[in-house]
Amino acid sequence: MDSATSRASAPLGASASNGLKIVVVGGFGVGKTTLVRSVSEIRPLATEETMTQAGAAVDDLTGVTTKTATTVAFDFGRITLDARNVLYLFGAPGQERFWFLWDRLFSGTLGAVVLVDTRRIDDSWYAIDRLEKHGTPFVVAVNDFGGPSFTPEQVREALDLDPHVPLVSCDARSRESSKLVLITLVEHVHTLHAADRVRPSRQELV
Amino acid sequence: MSGPGSRPGRDDSPDRLYTLTGGRSRAGTDSPFDLVTLVVAESAPVPGMQSEHAAILRMTERPTAVVEIAAELRLPVGITKILLADLLATGRVSARHPRHQAAVPDLELLEQVLVGLRNL
Repeated sequence: MDSATSRASAPLGASASNGLKIVVVGGFGVGKTTLVRSVSEIRPLATEETMTQAGAAVDDLTGVTTKTATTVAFDFGRITLDARNVLYLFGAPGQERFWFLWDRLFSGTLGAVVLVDTRRIDDSWYAIDRLEKHGTPFVVAVNDFGGPSFTPEQVREALDLDPHVPLVSCDARSRESSKLVLITLVEHVHTLHAADRVRPSRQELV
Repeated sequence: MSGPGSRPGRDDSPDRLYTLTGGRSRAGTDSPFDLVTLVVAESAPVPGMQSEHAAILRMTERPTAVVEIAAELRLPVGITKILLADLLATGRVSARHPRHQAAVPDLELLEQVLVGLRNL
């Protein structure tokens, strides 16, 4: 079923030196893992982080019965970009109760893809709000589930999306389509940073 | 929270995780490791070494990200970072930290990323 190879057969080159992150966020069942799988060179792996709601550190394991430690599982995949750069894609749960995981995942991330199902568009509001507050660059990708189609203007309006945020439609099952989503994001980040260079004051917003 | 029981670490008792790290449970915000820090073994496993440490050294003969190590060990990321910190402190592994920082635009790096993605 998986066309990608397992990690064991795909070690990185010895010169790999720079890990990069892109986070894919969205509601449950919106296709985050599907998108990661379609572009990843490894079978997507799952791991987890255990944290207190305060998010400061791993919880005190001895006191686990009395503390509210929360365990969050997330998927990730990998794309070797060149001899030095390796991109990791993280599929992150979008629900509000996982905000403390987001803060950690977003630190140092290139940017985020908000994956949207137009049948459940309000699942995406919180994700977008969080990214805007973080100053994390993002694009919105509407995963086509074959449901009723909406015009880009309708989606923008429903999401109350800032006009400068790119909006694309995609098929998360397709490698080419998912690849284009990632390219759209990185081009967007590049544009933002190029603008920063011209107008240094914008830095303060990031 | 609901979820499949096969998630890494999910079935592990806290006691086991506690033992793995010698009772330490904090790999908090001051940890030098990012999820995508690439770890490289600087020495081979030696007899008597804790099995998780030995497993990490075997796994990192080629550069391997912290998050991949955690997934392979089926341990939570925080516990994995503690084990890695032990190995780093004794010089058994080296760490290649991510270059990208959101607040510092690196257009050249972004262009490299775009080239890599377009060549996929």
